[in-house]
Amino acid sequence: MKLLLVEDEADLQEVIRQSLEKENYLVETADSYALALDKIVSYEYDCILLDIMLPDGSGLDLLAELKQMNKSDNVIIISAKDALEDKVKGLDMGADDYLVKPFHIAELNARIKSVWRRKSLNGKNTMEYANMRMDLDERQVWIEGNELLLNRKEFDILSYLSVNKNRLVNKTALAEQVWGDYMDGADDYEFIYSQIKNLRRKLKENNAGIEIQAVYGIGYKLVTL
Amino acid sequence: MNLLNYTLKYLSLALLLVISIWAILFYFNMIDEVQDSLDDGLENSKMLVIQRVETDPGIIQRSGFSEHNYEIKEIGEQSGLKFKDRYRDTMMYTLNEEDLEPFRMLTTVFNKDNKYYEMKVVASTVEEDDLVRSLLYSLIWLYAAILVSFLLINNLLLRKIWTPFYQLLRRLKAFRLDKDQGIETTKTGVKEFKELNEAVSGLVEQSVNTYGSQKQFIENAAHELQTPLAISLNRLELLAENEGLTDHHLESIGQVIGTLQRLTRLNKSLLLLSKIENKQYGEITRLSINAIVKNLISEYEDFAEMKSVRIHLEEEGAAELAMNKDLAAVLISNLLKNAITHNVSGGLVKVFINGNSLVVSNTGGANALNQEKIFKRFQKDSREQSSIGLGLAIVKAIVDLYGFNIRYFYTDQHHIQLNFK
Repeated sequence: MKLLLVEDEADLQEVIRQSLEKENYLVETADSYALALDKIVSYEYDCILLDIMLPDGSGLDLLAELKQMNKSDNVIIISAKDALEDKVKGLDMGADDYLVKPFHIAELNARIKSVWRRKSLNGKNTMEYANMRMDLDERQVWIEGNELLLNRKEFDILSYLSVNKNRLVNKTALAEQVWGDYMDGADDYEFIYSQIKNLRRKLKENNAGIEIQAVYGIGYKLVTL
Repeated sequence: MNLLNYTLKYLSLALLLVISIWAILFYFNMIDEVQDSLDDGLENSKMLVIQRVETDPGIIQRSGFSEHNYEIKEIGEQSGLKFKDRYRDTMMYTLNEEDLEPFRMLTTVFNKDNKYYEMKVVASTVEEDDLVRSLLYSLIWLYAAILVSFLLINNLLLRKIWTPFYQLLRRLKAFRLDKDQGIETTKTGVKEFKELNEAVSGLVEQSVNTYGSQKQFIENAAHELQTPLAISLNRLELLAENEGLTDHHLESIGQVIGTLQRLTRLNKSLLLLSKIENKQYGEITRLSINAIVKNLISEYEDFAEMKSVRIHLEEEGAAELAMNKDLAAVLISNLLKNAITHNVSGGLVKVFINGNSLVVSNTGGANALNQEKIFKRFQKDSREQSSIGLGLAIVKAIVDLYGFNIRYFYTDQHHIQLNFK
């Protein structure tokens, strides 16, 4: 998958690029409106990550250009502005998603995959990994054809970790994703451990080819056995 | 005591004193004049009597107060020679009043045919009594009239003159640094009030500007911090993904991530606070507080379980409010989070809702907290390392934004009561 990252902050661009390359994406970068416009006109991308505030223009103008060229598919806006008007405007102009800085890489990854799945799999929002298959719309999981019964939180944890498979997912990112934004500030997110424990047990009982690893002091990682 | 009555109080006392002194002086002056004219009359009578004695010596025998207003009697030469005219007040019986009445009496001596006669001439001074009385009444009326007119003048004139002052006072009382943009002053011709208006406007403008730029600063600082924080966090996450790191390395990285996340939370909270205060949350919808509470309680289930705290919900009625959905959730989640975080193991969080209030009680801590400070920023419990001390300040900001009312009280539990008016 080929991505274009439009971000003027060099450090952030670098971190995002490095992280996305771990997913084996081909990542192109642009740090200005002019360069981004040039790339958009010349090439096709599967997904475009667009910062709104650029030194020589607005990302929203780029979005308008994309729309004119009928290329506005798969655009995710990344912005430090989280005012509702900006979000609404960006989404109205055809962006698929809107991510507010600072975000977790895992979250960005999940959004990219979600956008990608929606556009490329004929409406089938499914994921397969090792012997596990997951229907994200129906919220169902099968292991070698047998349905795995999970509660809401277990499902959310498993799907988030699956999207970020083999990647280290920060506890905070997981907690915010599954328990909602309002959980922030709650101690050390130790409470997610009991859900993880149940999930691990269920995976094991069903002979899943995957396992949730704890990474000491930081978070969790989904890997194949 | 307000300004009008204050001046009136001293003015009426001063007035009473001045009028009294004036009245006394006036009275004595008046009496003096009256006696003077009476004495002149008596003098005239004396001369008339003496003239008549010259032509008709018989009246000496026919005189006496019963018939005339004079009385003549012969006296010795010695005392006659020494005698000087004498006026004095006396009492005499009058027929019409059937009582003793005050009279003025002139005693004089005249010489006729080398004989000395003492003569007393009298005139009634009954009128004088009435005069004094009517004078007193006049004075009382005068005093009352002056006082009433002062009251009216004070009220009408001073009130009109002081209007700009009272208007300014009213506006200052209603002024809120976080709500108003400045203060409106009334046009006035009085120099002092003009200066007061200018001074107050200047001061208010300066405060509003300072307040605004401070808010702006917090918002900008928080905003500018987001990107470097995000970069650092993301870099650490990438670093942690490297193969070959020991648990010890990972723990250190985890600790730094934890610290940076606390900083991020603090930052987010500050941004949220300044946004609430700048009224940047539009979109108000009608929402059910009961539903939000129930939803959030289920979100907090795992957290409460970890802290061994039970949550008990009691619904007496349904609270429906028109407010921003996100802010409502922040408001309630902060109250819940607070009650769970500051609870003891095995404790209870009780949530009570009815049509117009929400009470969150928790069993943590045996001592009452300072209710003055509890909603202030950075008032944190030192035992809670992860708490950043902005939760209840955010609650207060939301409560203020919507004009709700919040209070903390302690019985044997901590209670925070939120009233939606």
